[in-house]
Amino acid sequence: MRINCPYCGERDASEFTYLGDASLVRPDATPKDPPLDPVSDEAQALREQFHDYVYLRDNVAGFMRESWYHGGGCRTWLTVERHTVTHEIKSVTAAPGVGAKAPKKSGRRG
Amino acid sequence: MNPKYSVFALVKNALSGHKNWQRTWRDAKPKDHYDVVIIGGGGHGLATAYFLAREFGITNVAVLEKGWIGSGNAGRNTTIIRSNYMLPGNTGFYELSMKLWERMEQDLNYNTMVSQRGIINLFHSDPQRDAFARRGNAMRINGIDAELLDAVQVRRMLPFLNYENARFPIAGGLVQRRGGTARHDAVVWGYAHAASDMGVDIIQNCEVTGFRRDKAGRVVGIETSRGTIGAGKVGMAVAGNSSRVAAMADLKLPIESHVLQAFVSEAIKPLLPNVITFGAGHFYVSQSDKGSLVFGGDIDGYNSYAQRGNMPVMEDVCEGGMAILPMIGRIRLLRSWGGIMDMSMDGSPIIDKSPVDGLYINAGWCYGGFKATPASGLVFAHLIAKDEPYHEASRLRLDRFARGAMIDEKGQGAQPNLH
Repeated sequence: MRINCPYCGERDASEFTYLGDASLVRPDATPKDPPLDPVSDEAQALREQFHDYVYLRDNVAGFMRESWYHGGGCRTWLTVERHTVTHEIKSVTAAPGVGAKAPKKSGRRG
Repeated sequence: MNPKYSVFALVKNALSGHKNWQRTWRDAKPKDHYDVVIIGGGGHGLATAYFLAREFGITNVAVLEKGWIGSGNAGRNTTIIRSNYMLPGNTGFYELSMKLWERMEQDLNYNTMVSQRGIINLFHSDPQRDAFARRGNAMRINGIDAELLDAVQVRRMLPFLNYENARFPIAGGLVQRRGGTARHDAVVWGYAHAASDMGVDIIQNCEVTGFRRDKAGRVVGIETSRGTIGAGKVGMAVAGNSSRVAAMADLKLPIESHVLQAFVSEAIKPLLPNVITFGAGHFYVSQSDKGSLVFGGDIDGYNSYAQRGNMPVMEDVCEGGMAILPMIGRIRLLRSWGGIMDMSMDGSPIIDKSPVDGLYINAGWCYGGFKATPASGLVFAHLIAKDEPYHEASRLRLDRFARGAMIDEKGQGAQPNLH
């Protein structure tokens, strides 16, 4: 498997580190003022959102958007659209900061 | 009635030129309705059907397999059996499995070639020795055999290893002498043989395409490539494809599918007395009874449903092999293959009722499914028959992630490609 890095060109997959599904969105957990009551419905809903985000996966059999880190090259995070049954790669785009898993609000997601 | 196997049957058939052996199990056609339908004709599915019939008297059971039985991961593993786990939830479960392996051949009247040749995990430093001592002690407290060996003892046992590797000199090993190997295909055929004998229908080339549900949402049947089959209860044992089958019932699982490669060398004379794992170098190996070295290492590390992997891991595994066993450098590789692993979020399996009424889940085996085959069958059959978990599987629940009750042997967190 080779990944066509937008900065470095086509490189062997062993240069890259895999993070996983790029479609996951971290729930907004900015501290509230006053703080959330831990037994409220709102807090429970937030816990469920985090459970889904951390543990549940679509685990697609087909094209999937995923995050790879080019540690053996330009050290940029990439979003790779790859087929999980054939390993065919459709597109590779730079996605700086994705691996930091910053909340969507901070605007750092690629 | 399936044939009974004995030394007398062997002699009798030898005298008639081995031309009169009977099929060992029935290849059934689907009926309209079963009390229990098991999806997946691998080791776990067939073992579940066997225990449903033998332990719980439920014989109106079908096992559906999309290909031929044992064509999935049951035919793609490296045949190792062991119970060297550390955490509550795993220790009791895998030891139950080991005890079932020890009596499997008598139970099934089938030669599954269980060979308790021992498994040794090598360590290379003082901190690693401490970690292995802790694991060994946890095992012994739970009544599982474990022995910590120093370098001299390991050298006496395996004189041919490379003890002077600059990066990973061998400091000793943790050995479980009751561990070993079993013949993977024979396990599948043995369970098929015994289950079929008690009336279980084994239906091949029957792929599940959807679930039938009543107004309350309960699963009442299955759509398959060979028609609709009604079911009182449905159990899925389709590790590798669990997410795809669960999605047909609108369920999302804490699982990613990853590819794990394994390798077989050409056959050589007896060399390795037991199973050797070199975890630090991502390499483990045993020798099959035919003489081939059977070995593997890490998963490839990216989501995959392709039953084949890529070159970097192949190279990594072979480098590990050369580091610890330099003498194998001239042996030729015969073949390699990939299997699809249900990598769960904590590295441990899930055997539980699903949120959908009437649907039971047996999934998330990571790369530890083969050794679990008999216990998986027993506890899953218990769950389906009685609607409550078997004691040894009471922690392998689907909701443990939400409850924070993970069973994470490696302590890697929710990053399945690192387990």
